[in-house]
Order: sequence, then C-alpha cells, then structure tokens
Amino acid sequence: MTVTSAAPGRWVRTRHRSPDPGTGPEPAVLRVVAAGPAASVQDLGRPGLAHLGVPASGPADRRSFRLANRLVGNPEDTPALEVTLGGLAITLSTTRHVAVTGAPAPLTVDGVPVEGAPRLRLRAGSVLAVGRPWAGCRTYLAVSGGIEAERVLGSASRDSLTGLGPDPVRAGAEYGLGPVRPVPAVPLELAFSVVPCGGPATVRFRWGPRHELFDAADRHRLTTTPWRVSAECDRVGARLTGPPLAIGSVDLPSEGTVRGAIQVPPSGEPIVFLADHPVTGGYPVIGVVTDADIDLVGQTLPGDELRLVPVH
Amino acid sequence: MTAADAMSVNVTAVDVASVDVASVNVTSSETILRRAGDRGWLIECADRHPAEVATSIRAQPWASGLREVVPAARTVLVVAETAAGMGKLAAGLRTVLDGPGARPTGPPPGRRIVIPVRYDGPDLPGVAERLGLAPDEVARRHSAGEHRVGFFGFAPGFAYLDGVPESLRLPRLSSPRPRVAAGVVAIAGNQTVVYPGGTPGGWHQIGVTTARLWDVTAEPPNRLAVGDRIVFEVVAP
Repeated sequence: MTVTSAAPGRWVRTRHRSPDPGTGPEPAVLRVVAAGPAASVQDLGRPGLAHLGVPASGPADRRSFRLANRLVGNPEDTPALEVTLGGLAITLSTTRHVAVTGAPAPLTVDGVPVEGAPRLRLRAGSVLAVGRPWAGCRTYLAVSGGIEAERVLGSASRDSLTGLGPDPVRAGAEYGLGPVRPVPAVPLELAFSVVPCGGPATVRFRWGPRHELFDAADRHRLTTTPWRVSAECDRVGARLTGPPLAIGSVDLPSEGTVRGAIQVPPSGEPIVFLADHPVTGGYPVIGVVTDADIDLVGQTLPGDELRLVPVH
Repeated sequence: MTAADAMSVNVTAVDVASVDVASVNVTSSETILRRAGDRGWLIECADRHPAEVATSIRAQPWASGLREVVPAARTVLVVAETAAGMGKLAAGLRTVLDGPGARPTGPPPGRRIVIPVRYDGPDLPGVAERLGLAPDEVARRHSAGEHRVGFFGFAPGFAYLDGVPESLRLPRLSSPRPRVAAGVVAIAGNQTVVYPGGTPGGWHQIGVTTARLWDVTAEPPNRLAVGDRIVFEVVAP
C-alpha cells in the first residue's frame, strides 16, 4: 500500500526521499484511466468578465476545491479535477502527493481500499480510483504541482454553460504536472468537507433583489416548504421541487445575476444558480443563497431536501 | 445588514414578511439599490442609462474592490470582492448616483466603430417579405443609423446593440437554430447582434461580417465595449 497514513485520523508526515523536480527527460503526467460521468478541470474560474457575458465558472464547491490544493501545497487557484458522482481513475507517471476532498467517496489504489486519508502519496504507475460518493456529489482531486490545462480568458475552468475552457475530462486524456511542491503540515484532522448528509440541509439566503414581486404568502412558503433537489441539477443550477410559488405575469428585462441566486421561472419552482450560471437572467430572483452555504448546494443530489432560511 | 450599515444608507424599510431590509430607496435620484446576495447590489437605474452608471462606478477609486460591474437593460449589478462593508459600498454608490453631473443623461459617448456587412443572410428574403420591403431596402435601413452597444449577456461576447429602426422590428424566430457561426449579423425586436460564434440563436440572420468582434485568445477578447456606437457598412456579396 502506497498510502502514508498510518491509520484513519492519524497522519505520519513523510518527506520525499528522492525529490522529483518534474523536469527530467520524461515529463510528469497525469493520465486519466476512467473519466466517470462528469469530471472536469477547474481552477477558481474567470471572475470579473461578467460585463462581457462571461460566466465566472470555477468549482461548484469552492471550499473543498481550495482545501484539496492547500493539502498538497498548491496555491488555491491551481487547476485540479472536479469529479461528479465518482467513476474517475487516474495514474501518475511520477510519484506525487494527491489530495481528495469534497463528497466522501470510496478510494482505492490498485484496487486496495484507502481509508481516512484526504492526502496520500501516489506512486508512479499506481491507479487511484474515486468511487461513487456516499454523500454529496462532487469530489476534488488535486496533485502536488497542479495539472496543466488549456487556459481560456485566464482560467483553466471548464464552463459547462458556454463551453469555455479545457475539454471535458475523458479516458485516455493526459495532463502535464507542474513542478512538485513541498507538502505542508496541515492538521489533517481538520481537513474535512461539508456535504449534505442525513436529513434536510439548512441553506441560508438573503431576500432580494426581486422578492417584492412575490406576495407575503409566497415569501412565507419559500421559507417553510421543504424543497427537494430535482433531477434537473448540474453546474449551471439546481432546480427545486415543491408546491410552486405564484409569480403571475412578470415582465422583467434581463439583469445581472450572482451565484446563489434563487430564480423563479414561470413554473414557480425555484432554480438555485451555481458555478456556471448565466451572467444575466430574465426571471425574478427572490433571494440569494449566502456565500457560506452555496458550496453546500453545489454538493446536493437529486432527492436531497433543502430548507431555505433567511438571514439579515 | 448591521444597524451601522443601515444608518449610512438612508434605508427605507420594505414590507417583507420576514422583516428583512433588502432594498434601499435612494429617493433623491429615484434610483433604487436592491440587495443581491452577500456581496451584491442591484441598481435600478430609473431614468439613467445603465452603461453610463456603470462607467461612473468603474471610475471611482474604490472600484478596485469590486469584482463585477454588470450593466443590463435597466439595471447595473455590482458585486464586491468581499461581503465586508456592503453598507459603505451602498453609500458610495449613492454618492455616484447623486453626484454632480449625474443628472439623467444618455449613454457615454463611446467610440464609433464601422463593421462591414454582406447582407445575404438566410433569413433576409423572409424578413423582407414579412416587412413588405425589398431585401436591399432592409440592408439600407439596417445600415443607415448608429447602433449603441447596450450590454453583453446570453453568451460570452454577445453584445446587444440597440437602435434597430421601427420598420425592421420583428419578434424572434419561433424555433432557434442550435448553433450560429461567428460574424452572423441578426435582428430581433429593437436590437441587432453580431454573433460571437458557437451559441444557439433565435434571431433573424440577415448578413455576415468578416470583422472579428470577439476572440477569446485576444487581450482584451472584446472589440466592442458597452457604449460604443456601431455603424454597419454594406459591402457587395
């Protein structure tokens, strides 16, 4: 077993015995053995371009993404893999530390289960496989040095709405690895991700900007209905199902939207915008999920129950 | 919002079932700031042009603390880098909106950009027939005046250009095309567009230009900016 963790919850720091500068005659490469249903390359996206119609994109669960990079010593914005519903298997041409965060998923190295290790040292040629998560849906895999991927408008994030950024991850794809980085002494017992698990997830939001277009009964219903995430959920947004809100015939010109916006289309069933949301929308936004809780929504699965709680 | 924040921004409480102050009326300019999440304000521009408001905001020294300034049809969305100081930001925005020279105006002058167009799009004959005009006359009227870049939306580089004359206004196609190539010139309602490429499209395609207005490999990727004045020039097929 190539894992350096002695036991779940306990961590033994190791040093590289043979430093790998990643600059030898053989380039350091990550090869995708199996891609799973929806894996993509992400960094922290391309903010600041919304006025040109460019979505911010980036990881659906930014907190887990940043954690994965920190665990392997990378700057937080380093490109890594977002794995949705597992199914990914990779191998490295050179031994490196990798970190796996986000939705907790069964991991194996060469078929042998790995337990309780958000960071592990993956030997050259060994196959690391990420199975289907038992809670949440998005798992992040970062490699020391980061993966090298095409950058479009300054970002290596795949934007599922517009197609900007690197191609979707496919079996057989290869990505170069950046120069290896020293692995920091992160207290790994604190290195956990928050995913919805066991019961309804409480999601906080702020009213506005268009809550006034809804009457008091509908605003009340938004906060008292147990909403379920429908099968219509992807990186653009998550549609919620429940007793529909009434919005009547609202004629609202397109206006800028933010991640977390709870948009209510004519069906009356809210959609929560996620990482690849469009920069403008024409349906009224009754509220916006807080920065703190939108990552949690990015981890929800169809059937998960959400309770929307207003904050001030 | 904290009490201190609220005091600094002339809050008009909004009657919300859950007692939340989510919008701030700025009565002196009849412009309304509406809360848009932890880090956002949506400015409803009343009688001022969103492009002009966005330009004024970007010119402020504190604009470096903003992540996005997004003008749209009637609003400007402002998103800060952090959630700290949203009340102070609202006060700053109010100063811009109420400041001298902030009376109702047109959009900022912008640049004048000439785009050559070959008017031979697949929808041109149908458009001409519906409007009761000859195809040449559709081209003449489309290229006669200036079009203003109102805002970007829908897709990267998709610039909504205002100023299509009344005589050329048609609703969108009943069924959008799945993919429209870069450079296709199309109309719908009072707006026209030069497709950035790779998007679906439900507008009437009347022509094509070889001018590259959106290029993700260029720095900046956009040749058009909000407020620019566009003139289409007829070139022979």
